[in-house]
Amino acid sequence: MSEIKFVLKKSPRIQKLVDDLFAKMPEVEADRAELVTESYRQTEDLPIVKRRSAAFRHILENIPIVIRPGELIVGSNSIAPRGCQTFPEYSFEWLEKEYDTLATREADPFYISPETVERLKRVHPYWKGKTNSDLAAAYMGEEVLDIFLNHGMFTVGNYFYNGIGHVNVNYAKVIAIGYEGFIAEAKEKLAALTLTDPGYLRKRHFLEAVIESCEAVIGYAKRYSALARKEASECRDPERRAELLTIADNCDRVPAKGAQNFWQACQSFWFVQQLLQCESSGHSISPGRFDQYMYPYFKADHDRGLISYEQAQELLDCIWVKLNDLNKVRDAGSADGFAGYGLFQNLIVGGQNPDGTDATNDLSYMCMEAQMHVRLPQPSLSIRVWNLTPHSLLVKAASVTREGLGVPAYYNDEVIIPTLMANGATLEEARDYCIIGCVEPQVPHKTDGWHDAAFFNMCRPLELVFSNGMDEGKQIGPRTGEVTEMKTFEEFYNAYLAQMDFFIKALVLADNAVDMAHPVRCPLPFQSCMVDDCMERGKTMQEGGAHYNFTGPQGFGIANVADSLLAIKTLVFDEKKISMADYKQALADNFGEGFGEKKSRELTVKIACDLEKQGKPVSAEQIRKIYEVLRENSTVSEEQKAKYRRLLDMIEALPKYGNDIPEVDAFARKVGEIYTAPLMQYRNPRGGKFQAGLYPVSANVPLGYQTGATPDGRLAYTPVADGIGPMAGRDTKGPTATATSAARLNHYQASNGTLFNQKFHPSALAGEAALDKFVAYLRGYFDQKGMHVQYNVVSRETLLDAQAHPEQYKGLVVRVAGYSALFTTLSRSLQDDIISRTEQRGV
Amino acid sequence: MEEEIYQRRGRIFDVQRYSIHDGPGIRTILFLKGCFLRCRWCCNPESQSYEIQQMTLGGKTKTVGRDVTVRELIDEAAMDRIYFERSGGGITLSGGECLAQPEFTEGILRAAHEYGITTAIETTGFAPREVLDRVIPHVDYVLMDVKHMDCGKHAAFTGKPNDQILANAKYIASIARSLTIRTPVIPNFNDTPAEIAAISRFAASLPGVTEHHLLPYHRLGQDKYAGIGRNYTLSHLVPPSESEMQRLKAAAESAAPKLKIQIGG
Repeated sequence: MSEIKFVLKKSPRIQKLVDDLFAKMPEVEADRAELVTESYRQTEDLPIVKRRSAAFRHILENIPIVIRPGELIVGSNSIAPRGCQTFPEYSFEWLEKEYDTLATREADPFYISPETVERLKRVHPYWKGKTNSDLAAAYMGEEVLDIFLNHGMFTVGNYFYNGIGHVNVNYAKVIAIGYEGFIAEAKEKLAALTLTDPGYLRKRHFLEAVIESCEAVIGYAKRYSALARKEASECRDPERRAELLTIADNCDRVPAKGAQNFWQACQSFWFVQQLLQCESSGHSISPGRFDQYMYPYFKADHDRGLISYEQAQELLDCIWVKLNDLNKVRDAGSADGFAGYGLFQNLIVGGQNPDGTDATNDLSYMCMEAQMHVRLPQPSLSIRVWNLTPHSLLVKAASVTREGLGVPAYYNDEVIIPTLMANGATLEEARDYCIIGCVEPQVPHKTDGWHDAAFFNMCRPLELVFSNGMDEGKQIGPRTGEVTEMKTFEEFYNAYLAQMDFFIKALVLADNAVDMAHPVRCPLPFQSCMVDDCMERGKTMQEGGAHYNFTGPQGFGIANVADSLLAIKTLVFDEKKISMADYKQALADNFGEGFGEKKSRELTVKIACDLEKQGKPVSAEQIRKIYEVLRENSTVSEEQKAKYRRLLDMIEALPKYGNDIPEVDAFARKVGEIYTAPLMQYRNPRGGKFQAGLYPVSANVPLGYQTGATPDGRLAYTPVADGIGPMAGRDTKGPTATATSAARLNHYQASNGTLFNQKFHPSALAGEAALDKFVAYLRGYFDQKGMHVQYNVVSRETLLDAQAHPEQYKGLVVRVAGYSALFTTLSRSLQDDIISRTEQRGV
Repeated sequence: MEEEIYQRRGRIFDVQRYSIHDGPGIRTILFLKGCFLRCRWCCNPESQSYEIQQMTLGGKTKTVGRDVTVRELIDEAAMDRIYFERSGGGITLSGGECLAQPEFTEGILRAAHEYGITTAIETTGFAPREVLDRVIPHVDYVLMDVKHMDCGKHAAFTGKPNDQILANAKYIASIARSLTIRTPVIPNFNDTPAEIAAISRFAASLPGVTEHHLLPYHRLGQDKYAGIGRNYTLSHLVPPSESEMQRLKAAAESAAPKLKIQIGG
């Protein structure tokens, strides 16, 4: 049994900061929108990169600032805790439509005051036709825009409406030399430019924009210094006064110059992290290997006796709180896809040094401890695992996993390093990798990965095989033939390949259209100066300034497509148990099952509106009838429904992906490659390659909501499988079997990342021996070359849901008494017992 | 190893992977069908009869019991070997009573060792001496139940006297690589400190035994009795509380200070 290391005391300050942060609903503020508009109005005659730095300076000189009570690390983008600013230069129309619903919507609600609405309404007209999104739409062209906006085949909404984000910058360099160092470097480069170089003007404008941006950040920190000094002079508590004076000194020093101690390093880090998210609305600004670049400052202070472990932990904890203070308002659709106010600031510990030795240090453990203390969603904490990762670090990580926060996510060096090298990284660079956003590996501060370029729903092209390329009465895909006339499975399979091929190409075009808009409308000089080789090349990242460039769109739904294709192959072609015509009808009839309440309501409204438009008004009574028909699917006869139930039983009896059946898993691997392999041949406007990922974030739910019934027995408008895992409830052989199946996919080809979620009950990880076994289990998955895994240690609510929908939780492990069992196999009374136990244990 | 071993056939009713509370590491449990005892609290009543049965649970009827060869079963059991290697785990034969199918049991155990997988058995210890000689040398961890020291009470609740079991415990201790004694703590049967202490004293007297595990009664199998058309006679029993278990643990510890007493497997 292993002991858990670095269990440190949590300072009372931390809980207070957390409580203050969550006292109110997050709020939208209008200051940035006003300031960026003011600046843009005055700079219409400047090159765009200069307009960007001028606007950045104008914002940082004038945006209200605040020091929250008790903070040791300062800097906030909004006055309201967890508030957010808006970025009308990217897009604003969606926000205008949502003023009234923002506070009440299901996913990620925000308060917006009437006054803020008025202020936004005053500035928005300026942006009409001028946004990044407007230009991207124009580049994309109507046909592809229609596929993206109206047919749910894929979405490129993330970068269409927002900044790109998804970057790791050179934090270490800022902390070491400060922005004065960056300014000096830019000036040197300016002086060395040759007037006759055809790139001279571009480089000059970029370098000047860098200088202006860095000066703006230094000026912003000085504003904080002045505020801290002012608050200190008014503060009666001598302890707090001293803290405020130190904060003032720190902000005077950093990030203008290099940090002289750990506290300053933390403050310097924070300004970088915060202001990247003020320059652009992009999320997944990822701190990367924080334990590595912060450690020298901690060690130096600790060696000189200037800081204790507890003091350093408190500073880390403060950063962890601040990472949750940042926020972003998205359109309702995107909020569904990124549910949970996610900013995906991925911070990773452990792993290897560039020379191949183990990189674990005290901060690796203390970052885990910070997560235990703060217990909030940010940062997206990750850990790198390789053969020489100390067992004690993994036990520490497992102890955090056990808390049910869903972190850390575990990454396998043995897969990621060769994958990065196959994409051009050197061995030393690949060993230094970090993770961006959800699960995307990259070479730190040298990469413009465009990692969340799209979500691609692999189930939708399968639907189009059944409709011969038609959707909503429109021919949007290729005509692959009438499905009922297909004679062999090969014919059917090839039709799916053809549909996939067509929509993958449409996706590439859509991404490239968005990609071309960003350098024209929203280049980012501040972010770019901290990413190699932008300064060398005199280009922003958006123009292709980064050393490595990729576009990474995500596919999901492997489990559904694999199970579906196998069902068609077995039942229609091999065993001839059902005709294709009947199968097609079964899908159209949703297997005789009714639609959910929400969807039935939505469809009722649509049908009623269509009838109105045709001049056939409907009464309230008729509307109720339509709703009931949809809810019960009552146009399908009882006899037909009984037939469909038998079909569903036949489908259920087939072998499924996720149960350690090598042939089935091999087929799922092939299905994944239908998406990942073709993408590798396409290129983006920045001169980089496309690389596929396999993960949906939470988009499997909203995009599943737009997907009809699938041949694997999945009902219409219900969620698609999560990540690369099996369809919910279809893995019945326990967690080792599921993990082994997941490891059999082609993780090397999904170089933009794969995501594997597993559910456990906290009791299954209770006791120290259980942590050791859990670590062994993780190692077993990684031995088989899985790339990523994270554990959902499930709560009481989930258990209640599992009682209500046992079919979806067949793989859920719980610890019962002296043993563990699959939850759904237990008697109701015992289930209740376990649930009540969870309750008693509380937090 | 001779092919004959792999051709042996036996009857099982379940294979459960990722078991983390029955022996060291991550284990796959193979449940063999058929048992000599009829313990009233048995949580796997479908394991008791050797016959293949139908069991109805949650409205669905399934067949309990299937015949497999050693080859088929060991390939299935070995699917988690990478997790065994990482955790120091392996396979555990449970039941039912694996000693009731000695040839088959010996075959699986030897095949597992040939695959490089460690072995454990959970047994009542109720078997002829020659069966022990045949099986125990191939077991890395023996987990054996001692349910009561009183012969009459034992017979009343399990259907068999305990004299052979106690004698076998001594014999197994003399030939096994590792033996752990386990006691299911059943209210109204053996849940007094004196009864538990007596078992602990006995366990301590066995050479090489270092641990005694107390397994609190639970109702996990209750629904299965109805599922195979039997009556569950213990539905009035309340599982022992955590504090009662602690009290019994303390009694066991004072009776057998050299043993490690553990609640749960």
